[in-house]
Amino acid sequence: MSKFKKKSGKGQPPVSTASLPDIVFMLLFFFMVTTVMRDADMKVKISKPQASEIEKLTNKALVDYIFIGPPTDARYGSLPKIQLGDVFADVNDIGTFIEDNRSNRDEQEVPLITTSMKVDKGTKMKIVTDVKQELRKVQALKLNYSTHERARTK
Amino acid sequence: MSRRSRENEEINAGSMADIAFLLLIFFLVTTTMDQDTGILRLLPPPLDVTVTPPPVKEKNVYEVLVNANDQLLVEDNFMDIADLKNGAIEFFTNPSNSDNLPERRKVTKAICQENLANAKSVLAATGSFEAKQSVKKWEDKLSAVELLGDYMELPGSAIVSLQNDNGTSYDMYIQVQNELQSAINQLRDELSLEKFGVRYGELDGLKDGDKAKIKAIRAVFPQRISEAEPKNTGN
Repeated sequence: MSKFKKKSGKGQPPVSTASLPDIVFMLLFFFMVTTVMRDADMKVKISKPQASEIEKLTNKALVDYIFIGPPTDARYGSLPKIQLGDVFADVNDIGTFIEDNRSNRDEQEVPLITTSMKVDKGTKMKIVTDVKQELRKVQALKLNYSTHERARTK
Repeated sequence: MSRRSRENEEINAGSMADIAFLLLIFFLVTTTMDQDTGILRLLPPPLDVTVTPPPVKEKNVYEVLVNANDQLLVEDNFMDIADLKNGAIEFFTNPSNSDNLPERRKVTKAICQENLANAKSVLAATGSFEAKQSVKKWEDKLSAVELLGDYMELPGSAIVSLQNDNGTSYDMYIQVQNELQSAINQLRDELSLEKFGVRYGELDGLKDGDKAKIKAIRAVFPQRISEAEPKNTGN
């Protein structure tokens, strides 16, 4: 008992905060490395459907995105539109879009490119089918229907 | 004078932590960790109009139609989406040996070896591309039999055919794709659990041992979901 009494008499030394900046810097570097800044400015509203049998797209560098949904800006109407990169586009532009993305990459990587379609769940299939037909024409056959995850139903 | 005497005064580093915190919070907020997930599909290559498709037996096709009101017509009957998975499983397994469903043939080691020998002799005689493919086909089947034992094989033309209307909603389309995929995944999982003790999804395609297992399971339950050429079937 006497041992404890002696210590308490001296008072607790303050915890050294000298290493706090180091810890924070470590976290900082981690987030700096993992951060991917969003590159496309969303011009369409997309609420993705849910599915259970999903797979992850591993290599982000090899994915092209096609967005389809109603425009966020009401001036463009409420019918679903296609967005490629930063701009609105027409179905006929998809071929050029895919070709441009191909020429920006290494030849060896071209067969590995996946096209990811982010489509609003309220969209009618007509526009989606048209896009798919265009993709087939330019031989961009690897396709991903982007969805949220949900539990598998029995 | 008194100031000059203290020349080596250290810079106060106390605010360093605050600066770092500020940056940290900025990156925390801008970080998007979400990984893109979805249903992966391979589109069919563009149709060659000069080639007429080979005839397929009606019983080998599981026809799924979705109309503009998001209703399902499966094999000419109305169906609820909740039943689609079991319907597809029944199509792939044909448990009652029904005449209206694909007839599954038994693949045994003896059959594989016999056909492989035949194919090899044809290849030696002709050296044609078809013969080479035939040898490869039977080699694959043989390795599947060695891993799984005798199994029932679906006919090559057995296929799920999905057709939607222009007015079908995208959500419904994804749900149908999901149910069909779910059926295949469940069959594969069950087979894998029975034979290897792990689920199909847990097999690692990068490991040599697992690669053969995945191939064998795919031989029994191939992923055959085809999308028919689009047609405007209604408003």
